[in-house]
Amino acid sequence: MSQRIQNCFTAAGKAGSKVLIPFITAGDPDPDWTVAIMHALVAGGANLLELGVPFSDPAADGPVIQLASERAIEKQVDLHRVLEMVAAFRRQDQTTPVVLMGYMNPLERFGRRQFPAAAKQAGVDGLLLVDCPPEERGVLGEAMKAAGLDGICLVAPTTTRTRLAGITAVASGFIYYVSLKGITGSGQLSSPELEQPVRQIRALSDLPVAVGFGIKNADMAVAVAAHADAVVIGSALVEALSLADSEAKACEIATAFVAPVRKALDNTA
Amino acid sequence: MMTEDQSGLPDSGGHFGEFGGRFVSETLMHALDELREAYGRWRKDEEFIQRMYQDLAHYVGRPSPVYYAQRYSEAAGGAKIYLKREDLNHTGAHKINNTMGQGLLAQHMGKRRVIAETGAGQHGVASATVAARLNQTCQVYMGAVDIERQAINVFRMRLLGAGVTAVTSGSATLKDALNEAMRDWVTNVDDTFYIIGTVAGPHPYPEMVRDFNAVIGREARRQMLQMCDCLPDALVACVGGGSNAMGLFHPFIADADVQMFGVEAAGRGLESGEHAASLCAGRPGVLHGCRTYLLDDDAGQIMQTHSVSAGLDYPGVGPEHSWLKETGRANYVSVTDDEALAAFHQLTRLEGIMPALESSHALAYGYKLAAEMRPDQKVLINLSGRGDKDVQTVAALEGMTL
Repeated sequence: MSQRIQNCFTAAGKAGSKVLIPFITAGDPDPDWTVAIMHALVAGGANLLELGVPFSDPAADGPVIQLASERAIEKQVDLHRVLEMVAAFRRQDQTTPVVLMGYMNPLERFGRRQFPAAAKQAGVDGLLLVDCPPEERGVLGEAMKAAGLDGICLVAPTTTRTRLAGITAVASGFIYYVSLKGITGSGQLSSPELEQPVRQIRALSDLPVAVGFGIKNADMAVAVAAHADAVVIGSALVEALSLADSEAKACEIATAFVAPVRKALDNTA
Repeated sequence: MMTEDQSGLPDSGGHFGEFGGRFVSETLMHALDELREAYGRWRKDEEFIQRMYQDLAHYVGRPSPVYYAQRYSEAAGGAKIYLKREDLNHTGAHKINNTMGQGLLAQHMGKRRVIAETGAGQHGVASATVAARLNQTCQVYMGAVDIERQAINVFRMRLLGAGVTAVTSGSATLKDALNEAMRDWVTNVDDTFYIIGTVAGPHPYPEMVRDFNAVIGREARRQMLQMCDCLPDALVACVGGGSNAMGLFHPFIADADVQMFGVEAAGRGLESGEHAASLCAGRPGVLHGCRTYLLDDDAGQIMQTHSVSAGLDYPGVGPEHSWLKETGRANYVSVTDDEALAAFHQLTRLEGIMPALESSHALAYGYKLAAEMRPDQKVLINLSGRGDKDVQTVAALEGMTL
């Protein structure tokens, strides 16, 4: 497991607190602001950052993240640029883990064999490929293992017990439980329904469990955190950031978005 | 049996060599397992097969004839040209072979709601048609740009009781409609069956859609043997996603002497960058659930494509075509908008058959090919659809409004 991810969850475990994972699309609203926004998220209380790699055809994402991707692509943000952003972030922050979340095709173009080592070198800790279930990883999986890059796996409400066993056998870093049947940013999350699936995951894996998709605010985060080790907030933050008209404003929004969630999580803990 | 597994592919994971597979989010994996299991069972079920053949005969109007296009052949001045008349099917194209099969499968799986993506609107119409007949709720996703250029098909779908949703994201064409249909499916996966319209998508779609369309090739093989006492020397079919081509090719794969030509849309020319020729000008990548040839930029972003024919305007292609290209079993070539339009007019005037602009690509190449062949040789072209839906497009290109 990536040392940074492991340390992050160990520290939270010791402190009895929850890991807060904000998701932003790399390069949105402006590629030059992304690194500063990442630091601002950490300043607001984020423990692990999920950085979305823009893709033209994000079939698992809702309109908010799709539009963010389109804006970033328009500004020429590609995988090389995303790695530069992570490397720049690492110059000031060597502890906060960074996980890239995205789709296969940009990686295919970068080179499935080459990408994991390059990502590790830049300071990336884990990779979550939305459209690549574990059985399709192939050479990419081997290269990730060799580079020491965590392969974060998704588990969904529709995942059967048999599939779950296969997934937990290869997952590393943490398990990402998709809290609802739907796309990112949807709205029908019901936290009591999380209890049983999360328990099933824990029965098969010692990895921490993060829950995401559809968590929009502090109240929902607290409700979800009762069942999970980590909470992911994406679309709501991406939407808030899209309104920023300057780097300073974007950082202010980022910190102001994360801080109350952090506070609410800590108050319940 | 519904299919001859002459190639033995795909493997159990849906792979054709390095192509195919299941590149979808975890939420859909169980639905794909369920579909694979259901298809595996029903494809061997005598009653299901009987029902399907009855529908193909009495509802779709199969077998569709093979027609010797004498005047078209004489104009080419070489090999004899035969046309497989998929344009005579109910709803006017080969698409209904597949929607009939998937609609029945949805019914047997107890799914009352079906969704579909469509480019030219033919697959949307074929899905809405079958849904009406099987009393299923039907939602069709269609790019806003395509809705504009295929207004008649949109109205047909609505008349059939289907909902049509305009997709405005991305390039607002077929690929974006597919994304949106995937989003619907992932959200409503419990009660919804996704009828994919081509041999692309995650396993088992490429195999299943091929099998449902393989009736084209099986009939054509038998009909050519009856008519000519021999197999054709070459098969020609247009390739967007590639379902009509795959349906024609597959039963001939073991016939090593039969050459196969898949014709892609070169749009304004391959060198212009405005085309939809994934196999001729693309490279392997991952799109819409499978690894296959596609058109993308250096960052791996999927490119916007262009073709005069909405049905070919797609940046990917079925993974089995990628495999056939890689192994050299089939040849992939391309034809420009202008060449296709010329073929549209030529067939209409010489034979009194108005072809779809998609099929016109196959005609344009088949004609060139025949011209270079001997008079004792035979070229079989898949006339995958009729051109009524395209008359407005053709009129507009000639400066007329109807």
